[in-house]
Amino acid sequence: MKKHWNHFWGIFFMFWPVVAILSCVVAPARKWWFPGVAMSPLGERIDDLFYLLLIIVTAVFIATQIAMGYVLWKGASRTSGTAWYTHGSHKLEVIWTIVPSGILLFMALYQLDVWAEFRVTSTFPAQARNQPLAEVTARQFEWRIRYPAPDRVFRGHDDIKRWLQQPEAGDLYTVNDFHIPTGRPVMFFLRSQDVQHAFFCPELRVKQDAVPGLVIPIWTEAIAGGDYSLLCAELCGWGHYKMKARLAAQPEAAFQKYLRDLQTSQNDDGYVPPSDSSEQE
Amino acid sequence: MSTLNPPANAPLAHDDHAHGEHHELGFVRKYVFSTDHKIIGVQFLATTLLMFILGGALALGVRWQLAYPWSDMPIFGRLIFGAEGGQISPEFYTMLFTMHATVMIFLVIIPILAGAFGNFLIPLQIGADDMAFPTLNMLSYWFMWPAIGCFFFSFVSGGLTAGPGNGWTAYPVLSAIVSASPSSESAQTWWLIGLTFIGVSSMMGSINYMTTIINMRAPGMTLFRMPLTIWSMFITAILQAFALPVLTAAGFMLVADRMIGTCFFIPSGLVVNNADPTVGGGQPLLWQHLFWFYSHPAVYIMLLPAMGMVSDMMSCMSRKPIFGYKPMVYSLAAIAGLGFIVWGHHMFTSGMNPALGMTFMVATIMISLPSAIKTFNWIGTMWGGRLQFNTVMLNCIGFVSMFIVGGLSGVFMASVPTDIYFHDTYFIVAHFHYVLFGATLFGVFGAIHFWFPKMFGRMMSETVGKVHFFLTFVGFNCTFFPMHLLGIAGMPRRYADPYLHPYLEHLMPMNRFITLSAAVMGFAQLLLLGNFFYSMFRGKKVGRNPWKANGLEWSAPSPPGHGNFDFQPVCYRAPYEYSSPEAEALGQDFIMQVDPPPEMPDESPPDESPPDEKTDT
Repeated sequence: MKKHWNHFWGIFFMFWPVVAILSCVVAPARKWWFPGVAMSPLGERIDDLFYLLLIIVTAVFIATQIAMGYVLWKGASRTSGTAWYTHGSHKLEVIWTIVPSGILLFMALYQLDVWAEFRVTSTFPAQARNQPLAEVTARQFEWRIRYPAPDRVFRGHDDIKRWLQQPEAGDLYTVNDFHIPTGRPVMFFLRSQDVQHAFFCPELRVKQDAVPGLVIPIWTEAIAGGDYSLLCAELCGWGHYKMKARLAAQPEAAFQKYLRDLQTSQNDDGYVPPSDSSEQE
Repeated sequence: MSTLNPPANAPLAHDDHAHGEHHELGFVRKYVFSTDHKIIGVQFLATTLLMFILGGALALGVRWQLAYPWSDMPIFGRLIFGAEGGQISPEFYTMLFTMHATVMIFLVIIPILAGAFGNFLIPLQIGADDMAFPTLNMLSYWFMWPAIGCFFFSFVSGGLTAGPGNGWTAYPVLSAIVSASPSSESAQTWWLIGLTFIGVSSMMGSINYMTTIINMRAPGMTLFRMPLTIWSMFITAILQAFALPVLTAAGFMLVADRMIGTCFFIPSGLVVNNADPTVGGGQPLLWQHLFWFYSHPAVYIMLLPAMGMVSDMMSCMSRKPIFGYKPMVYSLAAIAGLGFIVWGHHMFTSGMNPALGMTFMVATIMISLPSAIKTFNWIGTMWGGRLQFNTVMLNCIGFVSMFIVGGLSGVFMASVPTDIYFHDTYFIVAHFHYVLFGATLFGVFGAIHFWFPKMFGRMMSETVGKVHFFLTFVGFNCTFFPMHLLGIAGMPRRYADPYLHPYLEHLMPMNRFITLSAAVMGFAQLLLLGNFFYSMFRGKKVGRNPWKANGLEWSAPSPPGHGNFDFQPVCYRAPYEYSSPEAEALGQDFIMQVDPPPEMPDESPPDESPPDEKTDT
């Protein structure tokens, strides 16, 4: 009877990893998975890395669970006699130190360049770096976007710095509606007006904190047009959950048209010039 | 059986003194303001178990909101938020998860490991009569109460609907400027003061543990004969002592920012909640560095002691020496050492210098190496063992099993590129619950069942223990495994209503399933509590060594009297000599650390007066 219970527990511990793996297998079909494929080239590389890690991790998971299952089952059957008297094995310790460290070191070094491309400003695509698209300012609980005037051409680093420090007359403003062109890398500056926020666009696989007092450049590139989500990923107060905005990726022409329309509507002061005699009364 | 081995059914001697100093203590000095490490340990244990229920209730509040957002909370809704019609307000939601983390980390896990088990086990396992500084030890417990008071006051000062709502990480500027989170107001300050008291309590404990372990070991108890529990407590105490001052200093700086107008963490020119622009010149990232410089080692403070205790219990329940004792010690030390240089992995998306991201990533990934070595050694320990599938062992296997998942899911966050996506999603919530609950708390549940007979001289119910384990394990996995999927689906943490965002709408059924599982798991803890308090008075009485274990603590009476040992313990061998030829020769599968080797009976002083006779004098 005791043996039966022992075997029950042996099976019990082997049962749940099977359920866990199965639930991961069915997850993409049930939409318990990424919100669609990555919509930016860097996002695609992040996804590739994720799947690479997932394969390694799953292999290790299965191997350790099988090893555990084996020792548990064997140990459950051994209800009499004595246990194996051993203090360990130097050879095994060496093997399971060196092999994992090789795998881990590979994982660490293999991923460095994606990180560098995402965050190290000097590796940003030059065209994006020289012509910043916008300045995104987070505040409780909304996103404020400032574009330079559509015809504004930046002449070097100092010019960009000046634009960041001093708003210009031709700047265009929107709130909670961030438009970007597709098909080319774009860079924008992230800042915060009050507390810490984080710019998170799950479809583009972009996340970056907006830190009070810092101006942080980030870049991305939308492969295809569409309305993506923009939300806050760093606790910023009671309304953290509702810092919801639209990130609309549009083809270049549509984007330029959007900027011009924005300019027109912003320059429109609502004053209709007098055109007929009724004004004169 | 050796003559030295005290008989398993030795009479329970509550007042046996090792020193012969007979002074009767009053009730207050004996059980309330006690300087006896065992009483203090039990005080810590009882307090933390009650806090555990409170923290769990807060978690269920969080889960209610995620499953049924903005709907009336059953029973508690009317009581607490009558004004809002029984709904959880967004402010209250931020407070719920803040206080859940605060209670669980600072009032449950850290004190239950170091405070309860550290206090109870260290002198017993190294053969000392008490801690090095008994009064300091008493203070370390009683300093927890002002902390609890401050946390509780921060809870209720705003009339139960507002409180510290800035997360347990309390990132400035949100936590530094009062107008940034109006509902927190003075509560956040009280919270920070409570944190400081907890720090003082931990610091007193850690100084005591280090001193005791270094100075008060019994004759023959060399460093490499110490049980792994002691090694882990020792290393944890060192971590605590070096990391904690940083948090304390940071806490005072934040209080100063809030109360006296300094600007350590506040940059200039911020317009918070339409208040006047700030004038500071501070840097919010400074807090994150200081905070995580403590709080990352704290992750190991919350894990290493459980690792040590599980090693002890697993070796005993496999009737087999621990596999690779020295690699286990070295990997503990390696985790602790590397633990000091990985704090930046909490800040990959924070905007710190990207070069730091790279170094922290390499260090973080490499810290999984010692953890992997430990896991392999635990599996090695069970390999070829005669496993005893009792509550203790089940919880230990649960520990290893869950620790593997927690370790592996950590890889995704340790890697900066994937962390860009997973940072602050439910993936991280799943990960740290697998480590802190799945690993640490299963270890603690095992330890409670294992050392309970030593604490009270009675056994806990095995059947109830197994049912508790079964429900907790199933409930735990049903609660936290799906959170990985929520994280992959991009659900951010700390959202009062994720379904506001269209791409998360379809996750509500899964969240309801999680909430249901969490409720099952939560209510299952009442079994543990019931079993604990019932067995304290009604459990089956046992002798000194009910588990046939080897450690020094099992040669003392159960419960040990004042001064612990009724004889001078001498340690003759390594801690895990189960099924050794030496033991076989005695016709048993264990040989205690205090049993003298048969070939040298004359040289051992205790042999002249066996302990069971000495108690009679």
